[in-house]
Amino acid sequence: MHMADALISPLVGGAMWAATAGLTVYSARKLKEKADDSMVPLMGVLGAFIFAAQMINFTIPGTGSSGHLGGGMILSILLGPYAAFLTMASVLTVQALFFADGGLLALGCNIFNLAFFPCFIAYPFIYRKVVGERPTRRRLVVGAVASSILALQMGAFGVVLETLFSGISELPFTTFLLLMLSIHLAIGVVEGLVTAAVVTFVCKARPEILEMAAVARPPATPALKNVLAGLLVVTVVTGGALSWFASANPDGLEWSMFHTSGKEALEVADQGPYALAARLQEKTAFLPDYGFRKGEEKEVPATSGEGDAAAEAGKGKAEEWPDVSAGKSLSGLVGAAMTLLLAGLIGLGLRRSQRKR
Amino acid sequence: MAGRHGHGVDAVSHPVVEVRDLQYTYPDGNPALRGLSFSVAQGETVAIVGANGAGKSTILLHLNGCLMPQAGTVRIGDFPLSKRTLPDVRRTVGMVFQDPDDQLFMPKVQDDVAFGPLNLGLPADEVDRRVMHALSIVGAAHLKDRPPYRLSGGEKRAVAIASVLSMSPTILVMDEPTSNLDPQARRRLIELLKTFEQTIIVATHDLDMAFDLCARTIVVKEGRILTDGPSREILQDAVLLVAGHLERPLRLQGCPVCSPPG
Amino acid sequence: MEKTGSSLLDLTYLDTLSDQDTPVHRLDPRVKLLTTLLFIVCVVSFNKYELSALLPFVIYPIVLVALGNLPLGYLLKKVLLAAPFAFLVGIFNPLLDRAVLVHLGPLEISGGWVSFASIMLRFVLTVSAALILVASTGFNAVCLALEKMGAPAAFTVQLLFLYRYIFVLGDEALRMLRARSLRSFGGRGMALQVSSLMIGQLLLRTLDRAQRIHLAMRCRGFDGEIRIARQLRIGGRDLVFLVGCSAIFLFMRLHDVPRWLGDTAMALMR
Repeated sequence: MHMADALISPLVGGAMWAATAGLTVYSARKLKEKADDSMVPLMGVLGAFIFAAQMINFTIPGTGSSGHLGGGMILSILLGPYAAFLTMASVLTVQALFFADGGLLALGCNIFNLAFFPCFIAYPFIYRKVVGERPTRRRLVVGAVASSILALQMGAFGVVLETLFSGISELPFTTFLLLMLSIHLAIGVVEGLVTAAVVTFVCKARPEILEMAAVARPPATPALKNVLAGLLVVTVVTGGALSWFASANPDGLEWSMFHTSGKEALEVADQGPYALAARLQEKTAFLPDYGFRKGEEKEVPATSGEGDAAAEAGKGKAEEWPDVSAGKSLSGLVGAAMTLLLAGLIGLGLRRSQRKR
Repeated sequence: MAGRHGHGVDAVSHPVVEVRDLQYTYPDGNPALRGLSFSVAQGETVAIVGANGAGKSTILLHLNGCLMPQAGTVRIGDFPLSKRTLPDVRRTVGMVFQDPDDQLFMPKVQDDVAFGPLNLGLPADEVDRRVMHALSIVGAAHLKDRPPYRLSGGEKRAVAIASVLSMSPTILVMDEPTSNLDPQARRRLIELLKTFEQTIIVATHDLDMAFDLCARTIVVKEGRILTDGPSREILQDAVLLVAGHLERPLRLQGCPVCSPPG
Repeated sequence: MEKTGSSLLDLTYLDTLSDQDTPVHRLDPRVKLLTTLLFIVCVVSFNKYELSALLPFVIYPIVLVALGNLPLGYLLKKVLLAAPFAFLVGIFNPLLDRAVLVHLGPLEISGGWVSFASIMLRFVLTVSAALILVASTGFNAVCLALEKMGAPAAFTVQLLFLYRYIFVLGDEALRMLRARSLRSFGGRGMALQVSSLMIGQLLLRTLDRAQRIHLAMRCRGFDGEIRIARQLRIGGRDLVFLVGCSAIFLFMRLHDVPRWLGDTAMALMR
């Protein structure tokens, strides 16, 4: 299921964009190390294959509704994690641009949910482990089904987290989670069965293809990947947690921003660059405190004199919001995590520009 | 093994393509070529004909090093085919694939035609010149900004040929150039190829085209050369052609309306 | 089957739309990409009960559709077709958030309905912006822009390949589907097993094709790097567009224009 722009906040969208951009650069570099010039055309054509394969729909057993292939697992099995990640990312990019599946800002979330989990988690840690060096038919089936289920469950979990951290939807965490997980359990089983059937078919018809894939493209060394995955999880979780719990007291990074731009100017007027910057900061809510903002700005769409009543209602709601006083330390943590991420990205950017010269 | 040697003495004295005792077995154990030899002279037009699976395409794939000989040798001009001479061989031999969709992989026609010259490391203005020249030869200059998936079958074929011509090869190798073309597009293609000065080697089932375009025909059967000689003689020889799972070109068969058989 | 066939047609149609010569089409793809992203970020950065301040943003898609000679009805249809997920998630808001937020005379509107409307408005705005980007720029130019803006070549090049072969493989899949539907009666050919085999067949053909493409590339001197000789130039017009749009977006982000208009109108009436 694709995440939509309409349901996410800029913070979540931006964080996921940064995460997937980093993963893309990383995967592209890993791919370059292999120096196999047949990979890029193969990846492109297999990406197109995913679209074509999605056109071949099938009846989901027992339901009568029809489904189609997702593709993340099959690409991982054929291409290995790095190439599969890039290919899946481009499939999702085309879907975002042409079929309005998701959106441009949500693209980061979608790539993370539908490409990162199958390629970098489910494939190396489930599929490879189950299938092993000498694949048998049963192992292929078990591996494909188990990894597909896991990948989709994690993807669904990602959708739920991103939705909740964005704070646009009112759906309570557990309800939404249970709903998504159960739907995606069914989808995962079907995806796994189809993946297994396709893989065993290819295995029977042209065994050399899968052998090649397994030999030439071993899974990544887990050490590096664990670090990367850990970093990403930390960023996402903390970043999300902040937008959820952001308290009315500006602290950490936010506080320093207020400080430099002059908190007074914020109240004064919208004149001068400082004031503008501060207002912008407050308005675009780089680290949005919904609880805080809701109390103040609830009367938004009120057409005329009814503003008071609306504001009242808003205040009533604002009190229910988790007003965490531990925000200071949390905010600091997030500030650190984001600085880390930013620093990493700047480093990558510098490196690229150096290489171009 | 080779039957009549009708081609000129030149071919023997100064061949641009020389294949000797070529053998090739596919990884699945299917022997495609079982030792075959021929040579082609500068400026010759040669048709390689034979049944499905006779080994035509496998021969072509050896002519510019898509496959390397497992036994025997392939010589292109002054270069014996090897890993080291591959770039020279590929510059000399332009290969037009059977399905233009495999050959036209770039976003726009002009990118595709420029692909080879850019890989040769030519300067930008020279690349431009070559692209326009190659496109105008095949009459496709007006298509240069089109994406390949919006071309007709005939246009695709023309552009595929241009994408090879832009590298200025002296030898053109084509796999089934007339397949999937409507009759007029096919006729235009044959007329176009007739104007070329390059050495041309085509693998085809289209015996009428072989008769029209190629002075010489090589009949391949089960990985060996059944016969090799002037098209006019070979394509008339019904017995020989049947042995090669072929038949006489339609135009050489009697007209069923005005002179029914029997 | 209908849906799948039409998705290919959609691709072709959007591609044709991008092949026009209008002021919007002539803009540098990088500028359009950046502007679109900024637009989306501005739209989604409002708090969830915001409705009125979002409205002025429709000016952007509208102006582009107009200047770019794009079919509004078609784009709207595409937007609506993509709506289910946002709708399904959003529709829970009115159920769960019942605190009354707006009083319109006797009518009381809960926060849930307001935020639901806001979600749908965001949805329309963001999705149409993305569709307009590709309809006025073309996918290949978007890829080129991505590469010029620093995306890894391995990513952008295989995006180009993907797009090129969607049409070829999509046709192949359509032919297989047609063959299946001709011989499957009462939906019996739709079983998981049959479809998986078809997908497997398609995969084998795809792998063969990838091999042939690679051969064709090697034959023309491919050495692992794809070279595309195309220059992009950002001119004065592009800069004006970028700066102008950014300023407008920011202004609309910071000022609730409809509200201001309403206040002014009320003040004048009094």
